[in-house]
Amino acid sequence: MVESIVSTGLAVGCIYALIAITYNVMFSASRVFSFTAGTLGMIGGVLGSLFIARMGMPVAAGFLLALAGGAVLGIVTEIVAVRPVLKSLDQHLYVLSTLALALMIQQFTAIEWSTEPQPFPRLFDIASGFDQKFWLPMLACAAVIVGLELLYRRTLVGHAFLAIAEDNFAARALGLPERSLRMASFALAGAIGALAGFAGGEMLLAFFANAPMLTFYGFVPVALGGMGNNRGAVVAGLLLGLFQQAANFLVGGIFASVAVFTVFIIVLLARPEGLAGATLQRRV
Amino acid sequence: MDMEATPSRLSRPNATGSASPSGAALPFLALLLLGILFPLFGGGYWGVIATRACVYWVLVSGLNLVVGFGGQIAIGWVALLTLGAYTTSVLVAGNVTPALPPYLALAIAAVVGAIFGLIVGLPALRLRTFYFAITTLGFATIVTQVALAWQSVTGGGVGVAGPIFPEPFASQWGFYYFCFGLAAICTWMTANVAASRFGRALTAIRDAEVAAEASGIAKPALLATVFLFSGAVAAVAGGLFAALQSYITPDAFTLDLSILFFIAILIGGRGSILGPLLGTILLTVLPEFAAPLVAWSTFLYAVLLLVIVLVIPGGIAEILDFRNRRPLESDRAIIPRPELLEPLLNAPPNAGALTLERVDLSFGGVRAIDGLDLEIHPGQVHGLIGPNGSGKTTTLNVISGYYAQQRGAIRLNGAVLPPFVRHVRANMRIARTFQTPRIVGSASVLENVMIGGTIDGKGTFVESLLSLPRHRRDETMLRDTAMLALAAVGLERLAAVRADRLQHSELRFTEIARALMLRPAFLLLDEPAAGLSAEEIERLGALILAIARAGTGVLVVEHHPDLIFDICHRVTVLNLGRILAAGTPAEIRAHREVVNAYLGA
Repeated sequence: MVESIVSTGLAVGCIYALIAITYNVMFSASRVFSFTAGTLGMIGGVLGSLFIARMGMPVAAGFLLALAGGAVLGIVTEIVAVRPVLKSLDQHLYVLSTLALALMIQQFTAIEWSTEPQPFPRLFDIASGFDQKFWLPMLACAAVIVGLELLYRRTLVGHAFLAIAEDNFAARALGLPERSLRMASFALAGAIGALAGFAGGEMLLAFFANAPMLTFYGFVPVALGGMGNNRGAVVAGLLLGLFQQAANFLVGGIFASVAVFTVFIIVLLARPEGLAGATLQRRV
Repeated sequence: MDMEATPSRLSRPNATGSASPSGAALPFLALLLLGILFPLFGGGYWGVIATRACVYWVLVSGLNLVVGFGGQIAIGWVALLTLGAYTTSVLVAGNVTPALPPYLALAIAAVVGAIFGLIVGLPALRLRTFYFAITTLGFATIVTQVALAWQSVTGGGVGVAGPIFPEPFASQWGFYYFCFGLAAICTWMTANVAASRFGRALTAIRDAEVAAEASGIAKPALLATVFLFSGAVAAVAGGLFAALQSYITPDAFTLDLSILFFIAILIGGRGSILGPLLGTILLTVLPEFAAPLVAWSTFLYAVLLLVIVLVIPGGIAEILDFRNRRPLESDRAIIPRPELLEPLLNAPPNAGALTLERVDLSFGGVRAIDGLDLEIHPGQVHGLIGPNGSGKTTTLNVISGYYAQQRGAIRLNGAVLPPFVRHVRANMRIARTFQTPRIVGSASVLENVMIGGTIDGKGTFVESLLSLPRHRRDETMLRDTAMLALAAVGLERLAAVRADRLQHSELRFTEIARALMLRPAFLLLDEPAAGLSAEEIERLGALILAIARAGTGVLVVEHHPDLIFDICHRVTVLNLGRILAAGTPAEIRAHREVVNAYLGA
């Protein structure tokens, strides 16, 4: 039982962490939290199932196309829901515009794909002791963390991303192409979100209603780990997964979600800036 | 307040914020008539649709105060509908208690809804927009899951029968009239709140939170009240919804429904009652016109939301606002009438002096204020000048409670002013303006000024809901005082205009009028002359002097040396958080260091 809690918990936690990173990558580039983060995860699972199971493509092709699809939706998010409201003084608008786009994608999927959960194909034909539905999300999460670390620390584009995240105005004053970098960030976020849904496909299935679920559970690590803080998000995501699975076993699935929600609210009320974050705003 | 002293043409403004009352009520009366006569034209199925629109509006009317007025992004309000539906149904069915009569069950549901409305809403006091949106979303999913799991009470996936209201409300049209009546009452109540100091305070929290605080509006208490009300009517709507469905399962309470409620408000326009009402009717009826639309309805709502956000942020209400499309006169001058200050301020309470004693404040390693002593006396104008970054605005912010000093004390008449409890300043009759005017752009100038007098209202929220006499007296008093304040600063002709159509200088004078509503013992002005023409600065100076003559102590932070030296009784010069010099204008003008460092030769 403990083994099952840990493996399921860590796998689910990795999916949450990946969605949290999706939020963070978009946030760093634009100071916007987008409701499409969970939708991108959902779309990764649906596209994977569409390309591989329904259209019979090879796994590698289906994988790349699913990621590409996520990247495209990331760019669409930037163009349709983020860029038009960035200059607006009313900062609430982005909540509404990204919510609208997320709903559109979700409803479109429900109608054109299916309102019922569809199976996600088994990717590798191997029968090992540790099931691939557990290690795939973990592998994906590890790959993203290492990849992002390399990108941010070792490449010029990565430095530019960091510069934009740190101080947008200063970065623009230096002549960095802010808009292209922001679009690139959203494409990257889209691919990461789709990867989360793809790697967790066997667990979550290809189901349109995963979108609001991931939007919520993916945001919990962001809030607890501190906005824009990827390491905090991964730790909080794993803890969330383990906590949820443990509660699942101990008190049953429904009350597990109640428990997660309650803990989330209490922690947020006690520390609105997250467990590992600090913000000071000048208001007047 | 002695109204005899005011010129009679000011006491009853005809061009008030809500136009002539009869004109504003006309669309509502038309809808009322249409609703009453509806059974004459609509048959069977349309009766269900009309009843549903009424039920939805009962919920949306309450949510409108939260979203449209308070600006809180509550997207999961379906949770309270679910809660009300199950509470009513389960109590009537007698699953846990002896079976209760439907009306009693509905009343209990309202109480439960109010409590949960408060629980769902409270995070809004601490959390920023997106966080709060997500928590309401999470709450909505969880309530449905609990309904599904708690089989012994809710019937789980099988569901539970909805309540049946006894005659005369048992028949289809009987039930329609019941829902319609409640919807009409909700419209009336929320319209009352919207036109009250509570409604204005909500919009102030939404659009100009710091100004709301400076006007003494306590956000926690106000939002808590509104969440209680909104939760109660949402739960009542839930009970009606269950009766309309006649049988409820958790499937009936999808997030789509929540989105419908939310979007109805935004399509209607924030800060309006009529707009969201039309929005609710529109969204309920729209999918019925074409069958294929039903499947796509939520998609279409989302498209509508995006269009509204990007193209017409004001929603239907803005489209219908013909009055504010008329051009304003282009050459309008602000001509204050300082003689009106005497009746307006009416000898403000003598509060002794406002003093700062050796106040220190550092941000990290930067000493923003360093051992500052300051003494402001009633009836005097005290100038605070200095180069950028010398700590002038920071000083104002310490006095008004945005920052806590690390050392030293701020006293009013000897009593220590505690940091951070900003709205308490207004109770102590300390008013202020801001470097960039903080104004509710969508409200009229008059309404903006009335916000300043919020704490002088006597009526409670419930009295405003029901438009009881004390509420009406409050409104008359605030309106008359605000007109007087506007006349005193020279803006009474613009009283009915939307504030976001004003010029910058007019906004500055609007802020002063709003601050005067407090009858301040002390008035803190943060760069009131910035962006004003030379003529306007001169009038501003005369106005400030007149305010001081009426007994108010004024602290002016300014960059215009001429204005400062003309009007101030005492001047303090700051540099790098320290006092460089303090004294009468003549002394400062002769002060060698000040001249060198700041004024120039």
